[in-house]
Amino acid sequence: MTAKKLSLKQRYEFLTRDLDWEPSYQSADDIYPYDKFEGIKIKDWSGWEDPFRLTMDSYWKFQAEKERKLYAVIDAFAQNNGQTGVSDGRYINVLKVFLTGISPEEYQAHRGFAFTGRHLRGAGTRVACQMQSLDELRHVQTQIHTISHYNKYFDGMSEFPIQHDRVFYLSVPKSFFDDARTAGPFEFMVAVGFAFEYVLTNLLFVPFMSGAAYNGDMSTVTFGFSAQSDESRHMTLGIEVIKFLLEQHPDNLPIVQRWVDKWFWRGFRLLGIVAAMMDYMLPKKVMSWKEAWDIYFVEAGGALFQDLARYGLKMPKYADIATEAGEHISHQNWGLFYQLCHVAGFHAWMPDAEHLDWLSAKYPNTFDKYYRPRFEMWAKQEKEGKRFFFNGLPQLCSCCQLPMLYTEPGDPTKTCFRSSVFKGTRYHFCSDGCKDIFDGEPEKYVQSWLPVNQIFQGNCGGATVPEVLDWYKINVGVDNGDYVGSPDEALWNAWTAQRFSEAS
Amino acid sequence: MMTQLASITLMRNDDARPIIDAIMADNPDVCVLNMPGAVKLDCDGRLRVNRASVEERMGRAWSPQEIQLVLVSMAGNLEEDDDQFTLSWHK
Repeated sequence: MTAKKLSLKQRYEFLTRDLDWEPSYQSADDIYPYDKFEGIKIKDWSGWEDPFRLTMDSYWKFQAEKERKLYAVIDAFAQNNGQTGVSDGRYINVLKVFLTGISPEEYQAHRGFAFTGRHLRGAGTRVACQMQSLDELRHVQTQIHTISHYNKYFDGMSEFPIQHDRVFYLSVPKSFFDDARTAGPFEFMVAVGFAFEYVLTNLLFVPFMSGAAYNGDMSTVTFGFSAQSDESRHMTLGIEVIKFLLEQHPDNLPIVQRWVDKWFWRGFRLLGIVAAMMDYMLPKKVMSWKEAWDIYFVEAGGALFQDLARYGLKMPKYADIATEAGEHISHQNWGLFYQLCHVAGFHAWMPDAEHLDWLSAKYPNTFDKYYRPRFEMWAKQEKEGKRFFFNGLPQLCSCCQLPMLYTEPGDPTKTCFRSSVFKGTRYHFCSDGCKDIFDGEPEKYVQSWLPVNQIFQGNCGGATVPEVLDWYKINVGVDNGDYVGSPDEALWNAWTAQRFSEAS
Repeated sequence: MMTQLASITLMRNDDARPIIDAIMADNPDVCVLNMPGAVKLDCDGRLRVNRASVEERMGRAWSPQEIQLVLVSMAGNLEEDDDQFTLSWHK
């Protein structure tokens, strides 16, 4: 007689309840020493539910299928010289930013979820964290494999692990994950699972990967959407952790709200780099950063926080400031990259006339008024042989570690400066959001490794720009500077010329 | 109160097509946003994927868990069992 097949709910129940046991010769508090110090109160760990109800057998089956599909595409892309078919050589720079700035964070997320999966005492939570930990390892591996094909032809990718630890703008994503991983396990879950994965990750993976598809980068869109198929599970984990914490005890609400406020702002600042990638680095555009923000934060985030209002959770503090900044942030960040690309591991350029008109149409309130004149002036200086580079070292925000380049809410002509004094030393911030975060945990943020300050202290290879770039492992004249005149451009032009000649 | 969209984004490929078609048939108020490589389907408050509808179009047995192979993103609280995959917001 054949046994009756278990339902999805029964299978999940057996995995996450019946396989767990009460420890008898060690106390639970000794086994799980980190899940109480943050002040979170859990009355009943069995209240945890994974709505996907994924069991290990299904997990391995689906992940194996995703990998088979992805590697078939990567292989076909390489076999067919897909790198020659992307929309323009400039496009490759998004992959350099992605590989140096995002992929190492997938690895940090893997480590972080391995830790929380070990240290939270609920069995359902441990299973969900373990799966996410494995997913994140898969993401970093598939991203490195995919982009390694481009590394055979283009510059700026080969030293990504060292650059991630050293280069000034890469300390922005690095410090985000360092901050999350040095928090307690619940804060990590809220930071990465909720604020990053649920509220913000769509902005990175959906319009941006759709952009990769539109720009002929078949291999990247495939790893992007393959990773994103895991993200839907991660987003669900993020929203479950919030509901779980808020349902367990009313004392958890103010703690969770503080984490949501903090990590929303940190994530918003981090994604400003993606904003510049979307509006300026994709030769063929899918949607503007502002449009993506309206769909994925204003609309989707609005629905989410309306839903969570029944627990007393409010929209993240400064969400309105972030939405207003959506009109400015991509232009301000691209201006930064343009002025500093001689010390960066990727190339920059000024948008052409058609691109400027696209930006005017997408940003009717701000682009022509504040940013077009600046970009036209820089383009004119370039033509006159007076290409402008910023030759100083920018002051960095002591929280997000971005240069202090953002403007006052409501006044895009005035740079925003905030500061706090802690134990006799003054610390500087780009915004009220970053200042609040520092003021909440000054003992933590005074330990920040701020790249500019480290250069001045003599810890980055030397006192001159060439010495620092050498320490950054940026190959001067190859990896850095303008796209126009770069070896990447020469290679791309040679490929373009070959399209009209016979195959050899 | 603003509209709360229950939303699902699927890859635009052959594996997802019967699922997209089933969603469009079973959720009459669905609003479709086409993007290169992906499609975003939005419904006011609630969006449901029925196993039976997908199987009818796919011509084989299909488990709602298989949606994970073509899923890009979603919004709403998920309720999944052997017969359906539903996203909704609390009213």
